[in-house]
Amino acid sequence: MKAATARQGGGRRDGCAWQPRPGRRPRPSAAAPRGPPGTVPPGAAVERGPLRHGSPWRRRGAAAMAEQEGNGEDGAVAEIEKKIIEAFEVFDHECNKTVDVREIGSIVRSLGCFPTEAELHELLAKVEEEEEPTGYVHLEKFLPVMTKVLLDRSYRPIPEDVLLHAFEALDENKCGYLTKDELVKHMTEEGEPFTEEEMEEMLSNGLDPETNTVHYRDYISMMIVEEPEDLPQ
Amino acid sequence: MEHIVTDMGCNASIDDREESKSEKAIKAAVLIQKWYRSRRARLEISRRYSLSIFQSIEYADEQDQAQLASFFTFMLERYASPDAVADTSISPSVSHEVDSYLTEYENIEVPDSYCGPRLSFPLTLADANALLHAFKNGQLLHAHYVLKLLCETRRVLKEKPNINLVSVSYSKEITICGDLHGNLDDLFLIFYKNGLPSEKKPYVFNGDFVDRGQNSMEILIILFAFLLIYPNDVHLNRGNHEDYVINLRYGFSNEVLRKYKVHAKVILYLLQDVFSWLPLATIINKKVLILHGGISDTTDLNFLYLLERNKLKSLMRPPKPEREEQGKEGAPTARPSTCAANEHVAGKTRRLSSSGFTELSCPNSQSGPTLKEWKQVMDILWSDPRMQNGCLPNKRRGGGCYFGPDTTARLFERYNLKLLIRSHEFKREGYELTHGGKVITIFSASNYYEEGSNKGAYIRLNPDLIPHFVQYQVRECTDKQNYLERMKTIERSALQILREKIFAHRSTLTEAFEKYDCDNTGNISVSDWAAAMESVLCLELPWRTLLSHLAKTDPDGKVDYMSCFHNMEIAQSTEEVQPALVETLCKYRKELEVIFNIMDEDHSGLISFDEFRKTWRIFSSHLGIDAYDASIDKLAQSIDYNKDDYIDFSEFLEAFHVVHKRDKKPT
Repeated sequence: MKAATARQGGGRRDGCAWQPRPGRRPRPSAAAPRGPPGTVPPGAAVERGPLRHGSPWRRRGAAAMAEQEGNGEDGAVAEIEKKIIEAFEVFDHECNKTVDVREIGSIVRSLGCFPTEAELHELLAKVEEEEEPTGYVHLEKFLPVMTKVLLDRSYRPIPEDVLLHAFEALDENKCGYLTKDELVKHMTEEGEPFTEEEMEEMLSNGLDPETNTVHYRDYISMMIVEEPEDLPQ
Repeated sequence: MEHIVTDMGCNASIDDREESKSEKAIKAAVLIQKWYRSRRARLEISRRYSLSIFQSIEYADEQDQAQLASFFTFMLERYASPDAVADTSISPSVSHEVDSYLTEYENIEVPDSYCGPRLSFPLTLADANALLHAFKNGQLLHAHYVLKLLCETRRVLKEKPNINLVSVSYSKEITICGDLHGNLDDLFLIFYKNGLPSEKKPYVFNGDFVDRGQNSMEILIILFAFLLIYPNDVHLNRGNHEDYVINLRYGFSNEVLRKYKVHAKVILYLLQDVFSWLPLATIINKKVLILHGGISDTTDLNFLYLLERNKLKSLMRPPKPEREEQGKEGAPTARPSTCAANEHVAGKTRRLSSSGFTELSCPNSQSGPTLKEWKQVMDILWSDPRMQNGCLPNKRRGGGCYFGPDTTARLFERYNLKLLIRSHEFKREGYELTHGGKVITIFSASNYYEEGSNKGAYIRLNPDLIPHFVQYQVRECTDKQNYLERMKTIERSALQILREKIFAHRSTLTEAFEKYDCDNTGNISVSDWAAAMESVLCLELPWRTLLSHLAKTDPDGKVDYMSCFHNMEIAQSTEEVQPALVETLCKYRKELEVIFNIMDEDHSGLISFDEFRKTWRIFSSHLGIDAYDASIDKLAQSIDYNKDDYIDFSEFLEAFHVVHKRDKKPT
């Protein structure tokens, strides 16, 4: 029988009254999965509202919609659109063809793209055009922009050797590893900095706790072997 | 946000090198960050669809149980009633039968060698602590005490109304827990974080204490013990799993049989009655309604308050409408129809057939529940909220409704309520708010589907009725898996059960694929493939996203549909046996387990060949499928390793476990 490991202070997050985020425009990449808010005091203005009811995957006939609208001749485009719609619907909790803008990053990335944060901002700007940002993105606007992204093959995956070069560029002493401090410094202070959660996760996967280093070659190999369940194509 | 430093123009050479070195570092950082974020997002998606898979299949399964309920009950009463004699039908809802078993514990002696807790009634906190301590050490409570406990619990529960009306005064908070599903570690964790139940620390446990986890019995014992010690401060609501028919399939009955062997039957029999005495709901300060499932647009709290709840032993047996011919199974109109595709499964229409066995003498319509009573209780134990307005039959579950925010609003207005707290649905964070914060789902079984799948949570409600959520997650002490590995485990698990489903529907799927493949090329478009999968399996899953895990595509992007089945086979190679039979056995593996357990009177793990054949015939006629007599014989023979005309059914069932070819162990 498992021993009940009650970490001191309890589980990951002790739920306390969730503070609505201050009114700045949030980053489009929802890297951290968000939990639902805690208390919703009556009359309190909650910025985004409680996380909406997460239903299991529901295809609300949006794929069927694409079927009708999609170009009969260009089956490839129709296919791409359906794929985008499917990914969109994961995050469409209210099944009303909108998603929280913070989830756009996850959607784009789940479709196999590797954009930077800056590129996501650009994409979002195209989606929203001149409209006031409402915090929600509608499928109608998202679909054409994303379809073009996939057709143009923008934000391509990063080849293994390019990734390796990147790590090597950070490895000043060329010793084949980065110390925890080095990695944390680069990742949280430079480029498009990581959040604490992102940093913690990367370390949990890559850090050798005994030496406090990340041997990046091994790390890359481990991460690149992404989907062992995939059938050989 | 950082902008990448671009070309800065010319400077002294040393500066050049330094700048370009830091410029390089920044570029490298951006690259690594964008790579990592994409990886992470895709892990997140994989986690989401894995949980979707688990949940869809679970609900589809639950639907099936409703269909098979009458068959299982028949089996139970024929084989597993404490004084079952074949061909006698005993209705468990006749109360005098139960009374005669209430004092059964007196006949059971506790041997001196027993070193578990010895309870003394009336129970005190010392007894509760003894139980907690014993269960932490993996001990069992002796059947004598279990039965005595059940007897006392029944007595206390009988005194309670259908709806507990609770007042929380200014000095107290009340704690509300959701589904526990046999996860004892979660209960221990809750008690550790929040304290034990007492007059100062009232609790509400909102149903689904049993099934699926390994320690359903221990959870019940603990909850019942605290109920007896603090009857005014511990409130138990019935869940849809407090139902003996559901327990057959989802593990609780098996757990009791395994742990208590010869005494299991009496225990299970008494539990049927005890479950039916569990109250249906709790209301706090007349403002907060707590019940297991949800509500419907016809939910009538006054009606619910007044009905005789103990008449509803199992919700899986709807009462027959009044005017009914004998021998015909009337499907009550209240039950929603299952997915249309299921009905069209070639040659395998699911119809409840009464051929092959005598229908139970139905409970006297005077003493049995009415259809209205049944539906009202069904609704509150099985319904789920959804975002859209309206109230529809819950076709995912096969019972209860989907209720919208308008339904909630109307109920609140009618009864002057402020909050609805329910459970019944898995939530990754352990809780979720919906309907503008008016409806809370609280789910207390962490790691429900798989290690790392979700957190559990409980609510502390203060006298102002503001909910405060506390989350937790049980972790193995020796857990060395990092996030990535845990996500992979979850994904692998989910894909495994999905593949089993696919394999079990092989013939129907092949038919559906072939319809799209007019030219017999063996390839169809992704759209067609996804449509076929959904039409047969009805799981509402993101098929395009899952495609790469399930089938091969050719360079044109078309799907080689038979490749779905290539990498799967059953654990035991059975080349000579009809593929259709193998498929059927895979599909009903879990159901067969239930049947075997019922039939295995002496808990030997063996049943006779004859019995098996007879049962299979009844079962298949009930399902309306061919019995494959000769094939069954051949198959059973090939698995009868000892050649003694007895089948070791766990070996038999293991043989029909679908495995990935790569995972298959050499025989």
